[in-house]
Amino acid sequence: MNTNTHDRQGGGGGGSFLSRLGGLDRRWIFLAMGLSIAVPILLKLRFPEVPGPMARATFDAIESIPEGSRVLLAFDYDPASAGELQPMANAMVHHCAARGHRIVFMALWPLGKQMADATIKDVLLEFHPQYAYGTDYVQLGYKAGNEAVVKLMATDIPQQYSTDAAGAALASLPLVADVKSTTDFKLVASISAGYPGAKEWVQYANSANPEAFKLVSGSTGVQVSQLLPYYPAQMEGLLVAVKGAAEYEMLVTAAYPSADKPDLLAERLGQGRVRMGPQLVAHLLMIGLIILGNIAMVAGRSRGGAR
Amino acid sequence: MLQRTVPIAILGLSGVILMLAYFSPLTTSWGETVLEWFNILAAVAFVLGAGNLLAVNLEKISSRRPGWAYAAITLLSFFLMLGFGLLKVGAVPNPQHPGVHLAGNYETADSPFGWIYEYVFSPLTATMFAMLAFYVASAAFRAFRAKNTESILLLGTAFVILLAQTAAGMFLTGWIPEDSAFAFLRLDWMKVAITEHIQTAGMRAITIGIALGVVATSLRLILGIDKSYLSKG
Repeated sequence: MNTNTHDRQGGGGGGSFLSRLGGLDRRWIFLAMGLSIAVPILLKLRFPEVPGPMARATFDAIESIPEGSRVLLAFDYDPASAGELQPMANAMVHHCAARGHRIVFMALWPLGKQMADATIKDVLLEFHPQYAYGTDYVQLGYKAGNEAVVKLMATDIPQQYSTDAAGAALASLPLVADVKSTTDFKLVASISAGYPGAKEWVQYANSANPEAFKLVSGSTGVQVSQLLPYYPAQMEGLLVAVKGAAEYEMLVTAAYPSADKPDLLAERLGQGRVRMGPQLVAHLLMIGLIILGNIAMVAGRSRGGAR
Repeated sequence: MLQRTVPIAILGLSGVILMLAYFSPLTTSWGETVLEWFNILAAVAFVLGAGNLLAVNLEKISSRRPGWAYAAITLLSFFLMLGFGLLKVGAVPNPQHPGVHLAGNYETADSPFGWIYEYVFSPLTATMFAMLAFYVASAAFRAFRAKNTESILLLGTAFVILLAQTAAGMFLTGWIPEDSAFAFLRLDWMKVAITEHIQTAGMRAITIGIALGVVATSLRLILGIDKSYLSKG
């Protein structure tokens, strides 16, 4: 590993421990971060989560539409963000299926389809085996075009998607045979890692027909500041990062437990809560490191002043 | 002359049609046609992207520039996945058309394409993203210093959000009743106050500024004033 001279030397030369702390070799920081993530995972540490208003709003939005409604779930992310977003996607699909909603999957990201396929396999077909392709769910797959895809879907879905991901004509699939635009859905959800994603769904689909359907989103932590201005007026629910997923998982699993596979459901829909353990310890480590860095700075200044 | 006039005319016409389509239902279908063209072009852009990838990496390999071996690995991986995908190597037969090889599913982990995606590509991309945690921790230790009032405010905000985003927030301040006069000391209350008021207000200002910039730039492009997207000549 490449370490510069500053890393190896103390910030204050042969000074006190505190002033030398500023020059701490970054490999110790990496080791501490690695341990703070690995230990909670290995020990399966779980901490209680209290569902916040945003998670409740998302849950309520899906609850509020009539049972058996047609919903559109856009998987606008790829494996890089799966650790943060897959738990909320899993919980949302289970929630929709438990309510009997008929689900249309699509993706604005090239690998979003694979993300949706994983959720269909691990959650939808595992806990809701009665769901039949074509009548209860459809996979439209990925389309290139970013916001243009969203804008066209707001007015003419058959022009955008003439077939599903496997090449079957939409007209042959009962669930989407009569779909004309996004107004034919009761709810649209975008699980989003960035551009194109939730913001584009607000700007190009929701703004065209604000009363036609409810819009909810699950977002990575880094892009949530861009989405907050749209919540709750244009976006009824917003799940923020792993914490949002953990809170939403709690609401969904409490309301819709699995009678025949409780342990498997706890595992598949417990990933958000499992990941909150490492997040807690890593955040505490970050705070500790920032405090240590500032102590070292003050100690260094004091030594400088003394000289 | 034609190389510059035609793109400017296409851009101007497309921009005007899309604006009209937003305001007038009579021109909605025109807007849809333009968007369909755009989506087709976006798909074609993948081919251009592949061409660019080839040109850049082949040049790097032929001139033996530093890191040329990585360029070779990139191209090897590219052609491997392209071949597996296009030829559907090892695809799982389609139950409806078992005799038609190209109707098979190549995206499951049982085929080479799906296997590489599942067990090579996914873990690698997730690893790259996860490594951010290590660099952020190191950067926070070295750079996050309370040197002045602004940085102290930033530090305080960071501490509140970092704690409130975990169970620590409830553990430390969850005992303060939500309806008491001291509820503002709860970390979850502070987090909501920061995100919904301070952060959202700032973000709205930025968003409006960006939107005005986009409008100005779009008008310059549509009217043919800004030609920077054309080739250098």
